Amino acid sequence: MNDEHISSAFDRDLEAIQAEILKMGGLVEEAIMKATVSLETHDSELADEVCNADASIDLLEEQINQEAARVIALRQPAAVDLRVILTVLKIAANLERIGDYAKNMAKRTRVLSQLTQINGATASLRRMAREVERMLRDALNAFIMRDSIMANGVLVRDQDVDQMYNALFREFLTFMMEDPRNITPCIQLHFIAKNIERMGDLVTNIAEQVVYLVTGTLPDDARPKMDLTSMELEVIPQSK
Amino acid sequence: MNANSIKITSRNVQVYYGDTHAIKDVNVDIQDKSVTAFIGPSGCGKSTFLRCLNRMNDTIDICQVSGDIQLDGEDIYDKRVDPVQLRAKVGMVFQKPNPFPKSIYDNVAYGPRIHGLAKNKGELDDIVEKSLRRGAIWDEVKDRLDEPGTGLSGGQQQRLCIARAVATEPEVLLMDEPCSALDPIATAQIEELIDELRENYSVIIVTHSMQQAARVSQKTAFFHLGNLVEFGETGEIFTNPRDERTESYITGRIG
Repeated sequence: MNDEHISSAFDRDLEAIQAEILKMGGLVEEAIMKATVSLETHDSELADEVCNADASIDLLEEQINQEAARVIALRQPAAVDLRVILTVLKIAANLERIGDYAKNMAKRTRVLSQLTQINGATASLRRMAREVERMLRDALNAFIMRDSIMANGVLVRDQDVDQMYNALFREFLTFMMEDPRNITPCIQLHFIAKNIERMGDLVTNIAEQVVYLVTGTLPDDARPKMDLTSMELEVIPQSK
Repeated sequence: MNANSIKITSRNVQVYYGDTHAIKDVNVDIQDKSVTAFIGPSGCGKSTFLRCLNRMNDTIDICQVSGDIQLDGEDIYDKRVDPVQLRAKVGMVFQKPNPFPKSIYDNVAYGPRIHGLAKNKGELDDIVEKSLRRGAIWDEVKDRLDEPGTGLSGGQQQRLCIARAVATEPEVLLMDEPCSALDPIATAQIEELIDELRENYSVIIVTHSMQQAARVSQKTAFFHLGNLVEFGETGEIFTNPRDERTESYITGRIG
């Protein structure tokens, strides 16, 4: 199929809105990265930076929504063009949520820097966050390159993130059982781990949307759910 | 008769205008009581194929039609079929409203008269009123049935032509770009009418407006260079067409 519309203005509209998605994606990747670094280095200023930058992510989402509404109203996109617009809307919504989780991470970082440090926890969280950040970058690359195989790869990798989360969940539980003074920092750290795990889920939403964009159908939901902590109540020992 | 029953089947239909191969091996099943849209660039053969369905191409000397077209299982190109009777069953509405230079009443009464559908004036009056109501124009013309049809506005003239087409109780209604000469309001009225007509008829509409095809039809056929490239559910064609040529055409790319 020819890539270019007869109406070059339509091409410009579609390119502009996709460029905004990339810009938004860049800001969100940066937010995840900075939130992780601030956690590890107890850098409250960097954490503040992440919190303040969230407003520009939200603003971009709003711009993308308006731009998409305009394209629908003026161009009546069909087939792949329609799928581009629908995909753009969903990616923007998911990026916005990921941005919120990064901001929440940064908020907890500020609290954590005042508390007892938990050995090794921040390194595990950094590995997990870095994987999610890479998945996000690949999902957005798959979007730009219209590569459903790459997008499917991202879907599979979310299982690793879920497993990292499961491991951290058990680790925090152990720390809390060892010493009640660990409870406050571990609760904060657990929320951060859960935030990162949720970011991974939102990245898979983006990857699924890319598969829809390229193939016209969503991938079937055959992926095993790897976050099993909701079924782990029996881990908590009975009090004597 | 259920909504999914097939009204018209076309098998291996070829049309030649002299040496030009205008329709290449078209196979399609048209459903009863639904709207089928034919879309495609100018010269793709969609109108030519439409005109095969009521043998309007018979009137063009150099036009040769081969293959098999059946209406309710009967070959419409059979020697025993009278094209005039066929066209009473398969009515047609054209791009440009073409009312006869007669009164509004006579425009509608003409077909029923020559086909002997009314025994007396009372019955004819009833047919005229019913047809004008189906054409969604009765209220606008009921007090001036004696005035010439050509004095109506474009949109009204087109609805009069639709009323005229349904007056002979056709089973299939062919529409060749029925709204291209109309403003958006008249177009919306005709589209609303098409949606109502599908309760009783199988409607086939040729249109250059993709949005119109999307709005009014349940099935869409895309023609390109004389081939029927893709035929399927309208919703599917406009969100996820299978053929690249369809995709290029409906998204406004050079195909």
